[in-house]
Amino acid sequence: MTTTGRNSKTAQRKAAMAVLAHSGAAEIAGLLADIAVPAHENLREPENGLVMLRGRIGGDGAPFNLGEATVSRAAVRLATGEVGFGYTLGRDAQKARMIALCDAMVQSAEFSGAVEARVIAPLRTALVAERTRKAEETAATRVDFYTMVRGEG
Amino acid sequence: MYVAVKGGERAIENAHRLLAHERRGDRDVPEVTLAQISEQLSLGVDRVMTEGSLYDRELAALAIKQARGDMIEAIFLVRAFRATLPRFGASEPVNTGEMQVRRRVSSTFKDIPGGQILGPTFDYTHRLLDPQLAEGFVPELPATADAPQTPAPRVTDILGRDGLIESSPQAEPDAPVGDLTREPLSFPADRDLRLQNLARGDEGFLLALGYSTQRGYGRNHPFAGEIRFGDVEVEFFAEDAGFAVPLGSIELTECQMVNQFKGSATEAPCFTRGYGLAFGQSERKTMSMALVDRALRARELDEEARSPAQDEEFVMSHSDNVQATGFVEHLKLPHYVDFQSELGLLRKLRQEFAEANEAPELREAAE
Repeated sequence: MTTTGRNSKTAQRKAAMAVLAHSGAAEIAGLLADIAVPAHENLREPENGLVMLRGRIGGDGAPFNLGEATVSRAAVRLATGEVGFGYTLGRDAQKARMIALCDAMVQSAEFSGAVEARVIAPLRTALVAERTRKAEETAATRVDFYTMVRGEG
Repeated sequence: MYVAVKGGERAIENAHRLLAHERRGDRDVPEVTLAQISEQLSLGVDRVMTEGSLYDRELAALAIKQARGDMIEAIFLVRAFRATLPRFGASEPVNTGEMQVRRRVSSTFKDIPGGQILGPTFDYTHRLLDPQLAEGFVPELPATADAPQTPAPRVTDILGRDGLIESSPQAEPDAPVGDLTREPLSFPADRDLRLQNLARGDEGFLLALGYSTQRGYGRNHPFAGEIRFGDVEVEFFAEDAGFAVPLGSIELTECQMVNQFKGSATEAPCFTRGYGLAFGQSERKTMSMALVDRALRARELDEEARSPAQDEEFVMSHSDNVQATGFVEHLKLPHYVDFQSELGLLRKLRQEFAEANEAPELREAAE
């Protein structure tokens, strides 16, 4: 694979992981149940641990340690060899395993179409709708100084 | 000295059983669920996550329930829990400039790009108790408006473009980041360690110290340049995957305090800054943190440091409420032998006192 090809594949995997990490385990499981999942095994048993979250001094300066977060992770290998990794905030090991499985499928020529279209895409649609709803609720609290009317008339 | 005392096992067991009963309260009243605590006492959950130094809403809610609403006890439980899990590593530093903003206000500029966004706030409420909330109140759904596509840059970035404010200190990309959970505190401490300490520090302690700077004990003329709250994406460089993987998003509050300017013969005067960052919606905490962060920069900015908020050893050694409560509350535990030795000494001193005061009378009587 060329460097560009690898980069675009990594970008695709990251985009899928981002959608999955933001989605609920039950939603992912529900969509996965409707597609043919290839034979696979756990390469690493799901485990829970901590990640130290870092901020930056002043928002854009040198990093500092803010505090930790719980994280669950897993690794899955398809019978055809693709290895997928799953990481998510929280302690839901099954969610981490499903993310790893989806990541492996995204890398598989045979399964990437199905997982993108029938798992990632609907989750992304739901996520965008949720973000839009929040953004619209927030926008209603924006102060519009120009609509203030002073005096009479 | 601590002394092992045996013999209280049954009393302790029954005391904990009684505690569990009292925690449950009247059994005819429905039990609170973790989801109820997380959803309806969310600012309490935010505080326990921030000072417990662990982002996990469900665990923080469990801690609050177990602690019967005692926040410091809940924070203690969360801190103890984090010691049970391995650490996978550190995240990429989060970018608060790309926050999905739910609230963002500036007290320095009225017309900031992206606007003043009030979000869910207690500000401008009348602080009157609302009897409607006592039972069965169903609030209206939130109003909506078209969401603008314009970005909301940090106010400090806007001031920074004109050189009116100092820029944030930078570090080499691979420079180590101080971590007080791994190395014991030593002084003087760098700003990264100070911020970590303040981030997990007690809100009440930092509030009092921040207030003290406003009242003149280390005055630094603050303006709330910007306070923002919202969702920020987190990425973690996973060795096995070979790239930074997305972990999801967390809620953060950030406060940029803009403070009195400094300048020198070689540098044009510019505003200085204090910084606050915390989990969840924690405005009072981040504002206090930013005031104290700025006060603790006295040495770096060649200011006279004569007030408690400017004394980093004092502030950092007393900010942690888990350490503080541990030391204060250990006074409740048996100190029988310590006390016996004090008692023995006191009796001896009293006897000497009595003998010394008795002696002249005896002498007088003899004359």
